[in-house]
Amino acid sequence: MSGTIVQQGQSWIFSVPATLIAASAIGGPKEGKGPLGADFDYLFSDNRDGQASFEQMEQRMLQIACEMAIAKAGCVADDIDFFLCGDLLNQITSSGFTARSLARPYFGLFAACATAVEGLILSSLMVASGAAKKTMCAAGSHTCTAERQFRYPNEYGCQKPPQSQYTTTAAGAAIIGNEEGVIKITAATIGRVVDLGITDSFNMGGAMAPAFADTITAHLQQRGVSADYYDLILSGDLGRVGRDIALDLLYRRGIELDERRYIDCGCLIYGDDKAVFAGGSGCGCVASVSFGHIYRRLMAGELNRVLIAATGALLSPTSSQQKQSIPGISHAVALERI
Amino acid sequence: MVKKPKVASWYDPIIKSHGTPRPLAKNCLAAFCFGGALCAVAQFFQLLISQIAGVSDKDAAAIVMIIVIALAALLTGLGVFDKIAQQVGAGLAVPITGFANSIASSTLEFKSEGYVLGSGCNGFKLAGAVIFFGIGSAVVVALIALILGLV
Repeated sequence: MSGTIVQQGQSWIFSVPATLIAASAIGGPKEGKGPLGADFDYLFSDNRDGQASFEQMEQRMLQIACEMAIAKAGCVADDIDFFLCGDLLNQITSSGFTARSLARPYFGLFAACATAVEGLILSSLMVASGAAKKTMCAAGSHTCTAERQFRYPNEYGCQKPPQSQYTTTAAGAAIIGNEEGVIKITAATIGRVVDLGITDSFNMGGAMAPAFADTITAHLQQRGVSADYYDLILSGDLGRVGRDIALDLLYRRGIELDERRYIDCGCLIYGDDKAVFAGGSGCGCVASVSFGHIYRRLMAGELNRVLIAATGALLSPTSSQQKQSIPGISHAVALERI
Repeated sequence: MVKKPKVASWYDPIIKSHGTPRPLAKNCLAAFCFGGALCAVAQFFQLLISQIAGVSDKDAAAIVMIIVIALAALLTGLGVFDKIAQQVGAGLAVPITGFANSIASSTLEFKSEGYVLGSGCNGFKLAGAVIFFGIGSAVVVALIALILGLV
């Protein structure tokens, strides 16, 4: 590892950090009606928008997110040295198919809803270490593809409990490079898989909150900063229930997060909409909130230091049916205006 | 079958202290009222049909059931059924409407994988369990009745 990157336990501190050159966020109709509607670069008015299947629609969203990020960065696809992408579908086909169109060297990632941040961390590491000049990371999800894969057919009349979450129909992409820019990726913490034995696949927040608490604790300790260092700490998709549990868990570890400066992407994206129960989830949630709303606020100077700790539940429909518990993971990345 | 893992003993009280539990009383009441009303309306039409059309009670029951199944499938296709089911739960799941919805929703869902390998193979994905255990238990009950000489 070059001298520009310091390893502290499970964290990397980038002394010559990579730049977040451009970012884009794409959403579906429901996301557009939410409080962050204005922060999306493009909104579809229909969940299928004339595509033959919801899966093809998910891929199309990812593709558009990537194309828009490339356009915003003022470059062409061939300038991207490496492309890192992930989604929730089996064998991450939406990502593979997007990589097929872009025809750039590709890494497929899976960290469930934490995929966007995993991609951002690895992209930054490549650039900061000199292994790449320009990288692109992306992630996306679609409510209808996730629902049919992980739960029931979309039109099946199943009564959902209050702690369940709604998969976001959205995608986000970011371009990271070694050139000058406003937003720098200054530190990252790679999460450990934490599993406290939750088997209820409707309670993802409860399954992932311990991983979030574990990563935040490690990050603050290894970077040597307190939670106040950040203007905003963002958790990815814990939802309202998981957010409360996370605050509780951190409090027990002696870390008090200021409630005004700790937001969950899942709570943010749909506001108070009761139809989504505890909030949003899915790869596209943290991707579109980070690369849309948060990116804009950083660019506008409303925020200076943000820690995004995305959380993922590493279960499959098979593991769930076989009554295996739900392992959680959380990767954190620090974005700062320098 | 794998044994279900337990939630870590220290974490169990924390997870239970957050979030709202399922509103069981409200759900039961909504299911009771809606399910009861649905059956009462169906019963009314059954009597009406047998009176007006002069068909037997058994035939009138079959006609009403066909209508209810068709309506449930139609509402599934229109994307309304799941929204009502979220409110009334078992009130729609227990009557034959739930069975109709499970087949209609699965058939619709797998249309994108083709008529044969998609809808054809998966139409009974959810309803299959009902048929499997329905037929299975019928066989067992029939055997018991046969042995006891009740038939």
